[in-house]
Amino acid sequence: MSTQREVLNDVVIRFAGDSGDGMQLVGGQFTLTAALVGNDLATLPDFPAEIRAPAGTTYGVSAFQLHFSSNDIHTPGDAPDVLVAMNPAALITNLIHLKPGGTIIINEDTFDKKHLELAGYASNPLDGDSLSGYNVIHLRLTTGTLKAVEGLGLSNKEAGRCKNFYTLGLLYWMYNRPMEPTLEWIAEKFKARQEFAEANAKALKAGYNLGETVEVFNARYEVGPAKLPPGKYRNITGNQATALGMVAATQRTGLKGFLGTYPITPASDILHYLSRYKNFGLLTFQAEDEIAAIGAAIGAAYGGALAFTTTAGPGIALKSEAIGLGVMTELPVVVCNIQRAGPSTGMPTKTEQSDLLQAFYGRNGEAPVPVVAPQTPGDCFWMLLEAARIATKYMVPVFFLSDGYLGNGAEPWMIPSVSDLPDMKVEFYTDPKHFHPYSRNEHEARPWAIPGTPGLEHRVGGLEKQHGSGGVSYDPENHEKMTRIRARKVAGIANDIPELEVYGDEEGEFLVLGWGSTYGAIRVAVDRMRAKGFNVSQAHLRYLNPMPKNTGHVLRRFKQVAIPELNTGQLAKLIRSEHLLDVVSWSKVQGLPFTAGELEELIEGILTNKNTTPESVRELSTTKVE
Amino acid sequence: MNPIEKNGLNVLPEKQEYTAKDFSSDADVRWCPGCGDYSILAQVQRTLPRIDRRKEDYTFISGIGCSSRFPYYMDCFGLHSIHGRATTFATGLKVTRPDLSVWVATGDGDGLSIGGNHMMHILRRNINCNILLFNNQIYGLTKGQYSPTSEVGKKTKSTPFGSIDTPVNPVRFALGCGASYVARTIDRDAKHQQRIYEDAYYHKGASFIEIYQNCNIFNDGTFGHLTERDVKADNLLVLEHGKPMIFGKESDKGIRLNGLKMEGASLADVPEADLLVHDESSPELAHALSIMHVQPGLPTPIGVIYREERETYDDLANEQVEAAKQKFGEGDLEKLLNEGEMWVVS
Repeated sequence: MSTQREVLNDVVIRFAGDSGDGMQLVGGQFTLTAALVGNDLATLPDFPAEIRAPAGTTYGVSAFQLHFSSNDIHTPGDAPDVLVAMNPAALITNLIHLKPGGTIIINEDTFDKKHLELAGYASNPLDGDSLSGYNVIHLRLTTGTLKAVEGLGLSNKEAGRCKNFYTLGLLYWMYNRPMEPTLEWIAEKFKARQEFAEANAKALKAGYNLGETVEVFNARYEVGPAKLPPGKYRNITGNQATALGMVAATQRTGLKGFLGTYPITPASDILHYLSRYKNFGLLTFQAEDEIAAIGAAIGAAYGGALAFTTTAGPGIALKSEAIGLGVMTELPVVVCNIQRAGPSTGMPTKTEQSDLLQAFYGRNGEAPVPVVAPQTPGDCFWMLLEAARIATKYMVPVFFLSDGYLGNGAEPWMIPSVSDLPDMKVEFYTDPKHFHPYSRNEHEARPWAIPGTPGLEHRVGGLEKQHGSGGVSYDPENHEKMTRIRARKVAGIANDIPELEVYGDEEGEFLVLGWGSTYGAIRVAVDRMRAKGFNVSQAHLRYLNPMPKNTGHVLRRFKQVAIPELNTGQLAKLIRSEHLLDVVSWSKVQGLPFTAGELEELIEGILTNKNTTPESVRELSTTKVE
Repeated sequence: MNPIEKNGLNVLPEKQEYTAKDFSSDADVRWCPGCGDYSILAQVQRTLPRIDRRKEDYTFISGIGCSSRFPYYMDCFGLHSIHGRATTFATGLKVTRPDLSVWVATGDGDGLSIGGNHMMHILRRNINCNILLFNNQIYGLTKGQYSPTSEVGKKTKSTPFGSIDTPVNPVRFALGCGASYVARTIDRDAKHQQRIYEDAYYHKGASFIEIYQNCNIFNDGTFGHLTERDVKADNLLVLEHGKPMIFGKESDKGIRLNGLKMEGASLADVPEADLLVHDESSPELAHALSIMHVQPGLPTPIGVIYREERETYDDLANEQVEAAKQKFGEGDLEKLLNEGEMWVVS
């Protein structure tokens, strides 16, 4: 049998296996290789919540999805073309994601009685016809691996662990990828353990050779390089980009950086990255709890540091009082919420956008704060810089709303040159002659007068302040005045941010408005609808409070506006109350991102009056309560 | 203090001689007349001029409660923060600004009830700051509920039938948290306070000072046995490092060890050489002193109960930064952005 060569535009592969099978690692290696051959790509890991769940169980399954393409792409892909299932548990939990007719590569060695029972299979799916709708390739991947690394003196267990590279080799053959980058990586990674380096390299090559010889594949595939804008690229996750943004912000403001934080999924990685960058003068502080984390951050800001705190929704709930203090004392602090499914502990490893209203309103009293939201993993870098710029220029805590999907997801990121980054130099106030702690500049910002400055001794705190002098005040008129000044200061930032841009027609039939991590799925859906000849446009809010000045104007240029969100319509609620527009709200709260397919179906349903709604999505209107 | 013109800049003269008045802000003090807080404020204001340090370096941070109004009355930098969390703001400030002298003003409710957790952590981390814990054994600002240091059976607005929870012992708590400096003083003894505040300033690390403070409105006279002229000498033991533990109106009583227990003894019966000698560096003795006042017949010790030289978190954190700069060189952002696997699209 000869294998033919087929050229594809894009491919989605999902690696699924036991937590100990090394799926994240091979996913990462495939990603790197795809990047080096010039594909555009997007990835999303799907970890189990348990750290070391019992082997072979469904809750121990760890998956990694990778979308690579010769086109410009925006999401990790809706449904995989290829599912790699290293055991029955991986198959049973991931089959739902697979495209009809998709390919399943199965490690037959694990389909024994014990593993089938652990996964909950009554009978072996390889025997019946339950998989007849797919192209099933079952191979003895463990046996093949053991044979490949025979004679290297590894224990059976150690030898078996090389099966991820054996499998990766097979995939490299299928998609005609070079092995060199991974071979180099193996040599570097295992340089202290030569026998492991040799075994993994042998396993990778043996897997590649298996493709040549096994004669179960009808075709090998080519996915050519994509036409990305010229530049130097690296692959980056949202959390990585956020940490880099923090370093860049401290450098560009000229301030000492300080992160006060408490470990929480899915935000902890930001601390892990940042704690390695100490030579940038950055201090990272793992506090005793969420409150202490922001307390320390505000304390640092009071002393003149560029202060950050990172957390997820439950942490924000605990930090609320301190954020209010930041509003009252008018001190800059960047509050990063890497959102996850709630309420309460919710689903920590699953994504959601349900903390938008918490960011807007989740404090006692009238306590407005600016809110920004990155739209892709790489955009986390840019929006973090913006959050820091706004915080220090306007003397106010700023919310940065990322989420688990952005934080853990990755995409190629065009590396900026430092000289292209905005200059955000901050000057502290020093003149004791005319000092009034609550006087204001043209942006309504009060002076940043830090301890240690001669002649500026003064007190700030959570009690209402007298306009100008900053003394404690219970005066009714003054309280109202100060409340309005704090609101006006935040609202005025609208003059200092870019206008809302429209992708597609500037006006017309249908606008899909989004914010945050839904950007990619919306873009793909809008592109597909436009390709079918429909008049559909996209606008995406990276600044939520305040929104760009032209937001209302943009929305009114369209007959209909729909807002897909991973919550029950929080942005829709804001748009309705701010702009008196009855937008359509598409809501999904399953801990999963929107797929482009879902959004495409929704848009087409409305535009063709079929009003079909995918099962996974609820359509909410002002009059209907679900 | 008026700034002077120098090279076109407004600066303060190089060397300053301060008086207590220089540390008094223009805010009206609003504690109840007769409150013990007045004395604490006055003693801190009298202590600081004795220290050779510029006024703009002092920062007072507080939480919520009567004691937490303290920063408003000091003409220094001040942050009146949120309930129980003063220690967290102090931590962030001191770690990023080791050049400042950071003080925390807190109370038994603020520091040991709502803020108990943070108190534990600032003490074990040994952040170099001074913590003034005003202990009046009552909630004053919320108008008279019992506090975590109130004695069992205390009848208050919220405990009309008497409180039923065992109180926390601040000194014992601090020692248990690994505090490197623990002292106790009392609002009515001006000289003793000043001595302790100055001593605490020079201690490198978190200095924890429990200050017995009378709330004359909701808990008047709770420390009367330690402050009233006719009885205090028999109930107070003033600790001094290296000196035998002697107390009493006639200095006729002492403390000696009987097995592992402390007991009072009359100097008429026991030679001075048999008395316990205070050793601030002894953790064993510190723990015994921490429970002395709850034992019948034994006096309440004031003074420095424990002192230990230990590295501070703020020093170590900044040393790590310097070590990283030494090892990897001053951070280069361009290099950091261009880290890892890269490819070029042309």
